[in-house]
Amino acid sequence: MPPLAQRNLFHDKVRLTVTLTGIVFSVVLIVVQLGLFLGFTTATSNLIDHSGADLWITSKNVPYVEQGVAFSERKLNQVRTVPGVADAQKMIAHWTQWKRHDGGEDSVQIVGLNVDDNLERPWNLVEGRVEDLKSPDAIILDELYKQKLGVTRVGEVFEIGGHRARVVGFTRGIRSFTTSPYVFTTFKNAQNYTNLREDQTMFILVKVAPGANLEQVRHALLDHVKDVEVFTTGEFSHMTTFYWMFTTGAGVAVLIAAVLGLVVGFVVVAQTIYATTVDHLREFGTLKAMGAPNSYVYKVIMKQAAISAVIGYVLGMIVSVFVVRGSQAGGAAILMPLPMAVGMFFLTLLMCIGAALVSINKVTRLDPAMVFKG
Amino acid sequence: MQPAIAVRQLTKTYAEGSTGTLALRGIDLDVHAGEVLMLVGPSGSGKTTLLSIMGCILTATSGSVRLAGREVVGLREKDLPALRLQHIGFVFQGFNLFPTLTAGENVELMLDLKKASAASAKKRAQELLDQVGLGGKYQSFPADLSGGQKQRVAIARALAGDPGIILADEPTAALDSHTGRKVMEMMTELAHKRGRAVVIVTHDARVLTLADRIVKIEDGAITTAPEPEPFPPGLLAHNLPQAAVGLV
Repeated sequence: MPPLAQRNLFHDKVRLTVTLTGIVFSVVLIVVQLGLFLGFTTATSNLIDHSGADLWITSKNVPYVEQGVAFSERKLNQVRTVPGVADAQKMIAHWTQWKRHDGGEDSVQIVGLNVDDNLERPWNLVEGRVEDLKSPDAIILDELYKQKLGVTRVGEVFEIGGHRARVVGFTRGIRSFTTSPYVFTTFKNAQNYTNLREDQTMFILVKVAPGANLEQVRHALLDHVKDVEVFTTGEFSHMTTFYWMFTTGAGVAVLIAAVLGLVVGFVVVAQTIYATTVDHLREFGTLKAMGAPNSYVYKVIMKQAAISAVIGYVLGMIVSVFVVRGSQAGGAAILMPLPMAVGMFFLTLLMCIGAALVSINKVTRLDPAMVFKG
Repeated sequence: MQPAIAVRQLTKTYAEGSTGTLALRGIDLDVHAGEVLMLVGPSGSGKTTLLSIMGCILTATSGSVRLAGREVVGLREKDLPALRLQHIGFVFQGFNLFPTLTAGENVELMLDLKKASAASAKKRAQELLDQVGLGGKYQSFPADLSGGQKQRVAIARALAGDPGIILADEPTAALDSHTGRKVMEMMTELAHKRGRAVVIVTHDARVLTLADRIVKIEDGAITTAPEPEPFPPGLLAHNLPQAAVGLV
């Protein structure tokens, strides 16, 4: 096929620039918003997804991990006696106040764990070791929040909830969805920092024995341990994510922005391809007069849309990669996994081809007799 | 031998709200292979309407049109493009070349519609441009060609589909007299040397001498006899009174 589609597309460089700008804007906006959504959902359930546990035991009516309610830590012994439980550990996740050296205060989320166990250990350490938490008043936090909390190096001492805290290490990439960073410490320290009594805990994490049926263990725990709820890690993760993303509306806002990006891209591409089609109407009429079936004409228009989509996608992804990389150092990471990037290509193609349908309608109704008008 | 185009009692009414305009009134006309037929008449007489119906671009209200023996009136819209592709080559007043394609690519487009391979389309397009004297203009864009050259590319494109019928609507209107005559001589050759049936709508009195037959249409009806009439001896094209063919 002679390159009619390509030539028509590249013939009007201004219009092509407008088309590509619309597509690039759309691609970047959708990638950023979906990437933010993914980043947010990851951040909301980070703690749960990396816990290493199969089951989470909470007080009744705990909707998400940040809303834990203290209960008796004696339930831990009851949990350990249930058949199918390989390991069970107490855990605290609760807000408290961090005092900076300049006197200012910030909210932080204390994560108290058993350092000798494998459940809920901090991950991606870039400085220090988890075992360093065994030293007195030891804490580990993410390097992302150094500036916010006024931390410059390992060894610095701060005040948390009125108690001494000494930085022994930093992680990388452990983001909190809220503005309150996670601070990892021992269970005992966490009780002090959050003013919990010695006989209290907020969660019990359970590792199920190999080969044991998860649901059976879960039901056994519910039967054996009173006044608690037992969730699988997946369930609790989903509940926490759902709360932050949809109940608060944060996720909905991001998704709406992504849809808006799609609509903007669609409208811009539809308008420019339509304008190009109208400009070339006489040619399409001539094609039809020559004997071209409607499908041939549609192919020309679709090809224009597809070429625009490919170029716009490539340019849009280049910009998106820079934006994604730039976001890694910020409080809200934009994630762009490969499946999303691939999916974005097909979405861009669909958007442009869908936009071209407006023009298809125009040429379908085109009367080839118009070629005889001078 | 059957005519290339046979028109019988053809009428065409354009609907306008609750009324209609009768554009063609009972046209009877045959066009034979190897013949140059010129349709003349004042503006609005129905010449282009008749050409469009012959070319399966417009549909008739009633009557019969047979192309190479096949009845086309009453066919479905979606069947008409294939008929045009097979039987008809068009040459337009405004050339109607694709400005973003080269001369060669314009001709290749017709061959692509006929599902020729890319290689054979290129080869055939070059041959056709050679035949119309534009072999060296294959890579030229229409903007770089003169009016006469553009029309010759259009003729090459019309021939690319190997049609039995060439329909031309005012092909010399945008050309000077010398170039127009050259184009018309080329079209006459298509009939006399290549056996095509050539129908030309024209206002151009300068080229009427090249016609085998002139048919005058007025108010949607033929007002001259459909058989060829010889011109008075010694009468040259530029002396032909326009009134004689009803152009005023």
